Amino acid sequence: MTGFTRHRRSGRIIANFTGFEADLLRSLAGQLVELLRNESAAPVERDPLEAMLDFSGPTTLPEDPVLARLFPSAYRDDDEAAGDFRRFTEGGLRDGKAAAAATIIDGLEEAGLPPELTEEGLMIDVELDEPTAEAWMRSFTDIRLALATRLEVEEGDEAYWASLPDDDPRGQAHDIYDWVGYLQETLVEALSDR
Amino acid sequence: MGPMSAPSPVELDEPVTDDVTLPATPWTTVVWNDPVNLMSYVTFVFQKYFGYSKKKAEKLMLEVHEDGRSAVSSGSREEMERDVQAMHEYGLWATLEKQE
Repeated sequence: MTGFTRHRRSGRIIANFTGFEADLLRSLAGQLVELLRNESAAPVERDPLEAMLDFSGPTTLPEDPVLARLFPSAYRDDDEAAGDFRRFTEGGLRDGKAAAAATIIDGLEEAGLPPELTEEGLMIDVELDEPTAEAWMRSFTDIRLALATRLEVEEGDEAYWASLPDDDPRGQAHDIYDWVGYLQETLVEALSDR
Repeated sequence: MGPMSAPSPVELDEPVTDDVTLPATPWTTVVWNDPVNLMSYVTFVFQKYFGYSKKKAEKLMLEVHEDGRSAVSSGSREEMERDVQAMHEYGLWATLEKQE
């Protein structure tokens, strides 16, 4: 596994993944899409008709900590302004993040990742143009933010994660978080290299 | 529609200075530190979105990393709301505030 590089002649951003890695990335991106699409940002009880007629967006911080991190308050000390900002931006931001995650899924499947991974030794070569590579890069951030929020990653806690036994599921999830970080680092490098 | 007539001088009852609108209070976009975002990524975003030089982008990134926050742009409230929205698109934790 070498992460992303820029192809010298074509200028495109390339990477190759094992079938297992590609399947894992697809699953992470898929979970992100699901989270962004399913959870209502403002879980309030209200009249169903009134809810249907409400075309405006949410105004309060999402309850789910991952969504709260993906869509933070824009104003620290002004709830009303923060609510207005959220009403006008959160829907579009959600759609953009879901679309970026879908770009990863589509890219992997177009590169030959089957709906169900059965074949052993399958390699997936992806070749991305610049805007697509940037969508992947942004979505890697969202995936990492989601994993880190669930795992409660903190600054300088590397020793803690390294100390967990190999079969600890949290440690395994943290390894995946590190791996996506590695992929993102190489992708940023490839995009900066022109 | 007839031809436009030459503007006639307007008689002012009040001193002109009363009508001068003060420019809106400038606002700032602040990016906050988080334990997740990579230094290289934050630098990349500042260069890409704001068009900053690598040197300036790195300086702002280090401010975020070391001081916990950095004022990365300033302007009207509407402009700063656009910048904050863009930072959220990139997954950076950003807020806007009135300049002191």
